[in-house]
Amino acid sequence: MRFVTVSGPPSSGKTAVILKTVESLRQRGLKAGVVKFDCLYTDDDKLYEQKGIPVKKGLSGALCPDHYFVSNVSESFEWGKKQGVDILISESAGLCNRCSPHIKEILAVCVIDNLSGINTPKKIGPMLKSADVVVITKGDIVSQAEREVFASRVATVNPTASIMHVNGITGQGAFELSTLFGDEKTETDTLDGKSLRFSMPSALCSYCLGEKRIGSKYQMGNVRKMDVDNG
Amino acid sequence: MDRQLILHKPFTELLAEMPFAGDFFESQGLQIPTVSVKDFIDNLTDTQLEDMGIEPAEFLNNFFTFLEAVGSMTERTSVISSLTITGGINKKGEDEDFELEIKAGEIICIVGPTGSGKSRLLADIEWMAMGDTPTKRRIKINGADPDKSWRFSPEHKPVAQLSQNMNFVMDLTAREFVKIHAESRFVQNPDEKVEIIIEKANELAGEKFDGDTPVTSLSGGQSRALMIADTAFLSKSPIVLIDEIENAGIDRKKALDLLVGEEKIVLMSTHDPILALMGDKRLVIKNGGVAKIIETSAKERQNLEQLQELDKKLLELRNRVRTGDILEEI
Ligand SMILES: Nc1nc2c(ncn2[C@@H]2O[C@H](COP(=O)(O)OP(=O)(O)OP(=O)(O)O)[C@@H](O)[C@H]2O)c(=O)[nH]1
Ligand SMILES: Nc1ncnc2c1ncn2[C@@H]1O[C@H](COP(=O)(O)OP(=O)(O)OP(=O)(O)O)[C@@H](O)[C@H]1O
Ligand SMILES: [Mg+2]
Ligand SMILES: [Mg+2]
Ligand SMILES: [Zn+2]
Ligand SMILES: [Zn+2]
Repeated sequence: MRFVTVSGPPSSGKTAVILKTVESLRQRGLKAGVVKFDCLYTDDDKLYEQKGIPVKKGLSGALCPDHYFVSNVSESFEWGKKQGVDILISESAGLCNRCSPHIKEILAVCVIDNLSGINTPKKIGPMLKSADVVVITKGDIVSQAEREVFASRVATVNPTASIMHVNGITGQGAFELSTLFGDEKTETDTLDGKSLRFSMPSALCSYCLGEKRIGSKYQMGNVRKMDVDNG
Repeated sequence: MDRQLILHKPFTELLAEMPFAGDFFESQGLQIPTVSVKDFIDNLTDTQLEDMGIEPAEFLNNFFTFLEAVGSMTERTSVISSLTITGGINKKGEDEDFELEIKAGEIICIVGPTGSGKSRLLADIEWMAMGDTPTKRRIKINGADPDKSWRFSPEHKPVAQLSQNMNFVMDLTAREFVKIHAESRFVQNPDEKVEIIIEKANELAGEKFDGDTPVTSLSGGQSRALMIADTAFLSKSPIVLIDEIENAGIDRKKALDLLVGEEKIVLMSTHDPILALMGDKRLVIKNGGVAKIIETSAKERQNLEQLQELDKKLLELRNRVRTGDILEEI
C-alpha cells in the first residue's frame, strides 16, 4: 500500500484537494482511503463517506493532534490494508505549527492557501519546511501575480519541494497531483520502525521525550489509542 | 557550485557575492549569520535547533538548493521559438488528428461552447502534457519534448497564465506590490521596471491611477491593466496563456500588442469576437477536442476594423451615460 501524509493549516483546503485527487486516482483505477485526524471536532469523514471513500476519524481531544497522529498512524496503516485500498491518505489539521506528521520515506504533502498572507509560509514550521510537495489552493481568488509572489515565498522556505497549484473547487491541478500520489516507488508494507522527519516538542508521551520511531512498543506514558477495529 | 567553499566562507563575503543568500535565513525566521554558515549551525543551542523546525542536514540541503535555484533563475535566457501541440482524443475517445506549430509572436485563440474543453487545452500546455493527461495530447517546445522538471518548479516554467481573476488580497500599494513581484523573480533593476509597468498600465486603463493606490482599491479595469503590464514586462515566460480574461475597462488592442510585442507565444480562450479576430488562428473546441482550425482571413480582418468601430461607439455611449447625457441622438 502507498501512504501519503497531508497536513496544512485549518481550512486551507486539505479535504477539498484530497477529494478531487481521489477522484482522479479512481479514473486511473486506483482505490484510496482516508484517515482524518483532528482535535475536537470534524465533519470531514461525512464528506469522504458521501463520495464512497473508506474513512476513519480520530479526535485527539486535549493532546496535540500531531502527537496523537504518530501514536495511531501505524494502526491506521493496518486499517487501510484491511480496507484493501491502494493508497491511504492521512489528513491532519496543522493546529500546532510546532509539530508535523511527516514521516521519512513517506510522501509528505503540505496544503496552504493563497489567502493566508505572504508571511504565513515563514510561520508554519516543520509541516512546510520538510514537505516533499506543497499544494497551494484558492488561486482562483487572487491574481496571477499574487499567486507568484506567494509561491516564491513558499519556495524560499522550502526550496526542495515540488510546488503545485490546485483549485479545491474545480479540481484544476488535481489530476497532476494524483500522478505523484500514485507513484509506485512509494509502496510500503508497514510503518513500524520508520521515523518522523522532525522530532515533536515536549508534552507527556514518549514522543514528547524525543522518540521518533513509530509503533506501539516505542510508546510510553500518556498515549491514547483510537478504536480502529469497531465502527 | 562548491558547497564546501560556501559552507566555510564568512557570511558577509557570501552576501557580497550572492545578496539573496540572506533571504533564505530570514524566511526560516533566523538571524542573518555573522560567521560562516558552518559555524552558525555548530553554534546553535539545542533549543535553537529545535526551533529551526528542520534537521540541520536538511536545512543545509535546502539552503544550497535555494542558492542554485536563484542562480539558475537570474542566468536564464532560454529562447523558445516554437510550441507544438499534437492532438489526442476528445471526450468520446475519437482522435483529434491535428498537429499545430505555433511560432513566437503568434496569437492563437481558443473558442467553443461552455464546458467544451478550452481550459483543459490551456492546462495541457501549462502542464507540458506528454500524452499523460485525460486528452492524451502532447506538447513540444522547439520541436523537442519539454524538460519534465518544469512541471513542479513554477519559477522555471516558461509559461505564465493570466487568469480570469484579477483580485488582490495583499495589503500593499500598486508600486509596492509590483516591486515585491519583481523581487520574487529576481529581476534586475526592479525600481525601473516598476515605473514602466505603472506607466504602461495607465495607458491601458480607462481611468488613470497612482502608484500609491492600494491594490485592493483598484477598479476592475485598473487591476486588469496592471496585471497585463506586469505580465508583459516582468514575466520572462515566453508563453502566455489567457483564460477568458474579462476585458471591460481596458484597451484590448493595446493590451495584446504589449504582450505579443515581447515576442511571446499567446494562447487565449475567448468568447469575444474582437479578440477572436485579433488572433492569427483560432481553434474551435467541441466535445473536448479540437474540431477545426481556422486561419483569420483578410476579409475577417477587414471586419475586425468594423467591429472595433462598433466597440468604440459603445464605449462612447457608456461614457455619455456615466456623465449624465441624454441618449436621444446616437
Ligand atoms: N475559492 C476556493 N475555495 C476553496 C479552494 N479549496 C478549498 N476551498 C474552500 O475552502 C473551505 C475549506 O476547505 P476544506 O477542504 O474543508 O479545508 P481543510 O483544510 O480540509 O479544513 P479542516 O479539515 O477543517 O482543517 C471550503 O469551503 C472549500 O470549499 C479553492 O481552491 N478555491
Ligand atoms: N479530451 C477530453 N477528454 C476528457 N475530458 C475532457 C477533455 N477535454 C475536456 N475535458 C473535461 O471537460 C470538462 C470541461 O472542460 P473545460 O473546463 O476545459 O471547459 P471550458 O471550455 O473551459 O468551459 P467554460 O467556457 O465554461 O470555461 C473538464 O472537466 C475537462 O477536464
Ligand atoms: Mg478537512
Ligand atoms: Mg474555462
Ligand atoms: Zn504539537
Ligand atoms: Zn506527546
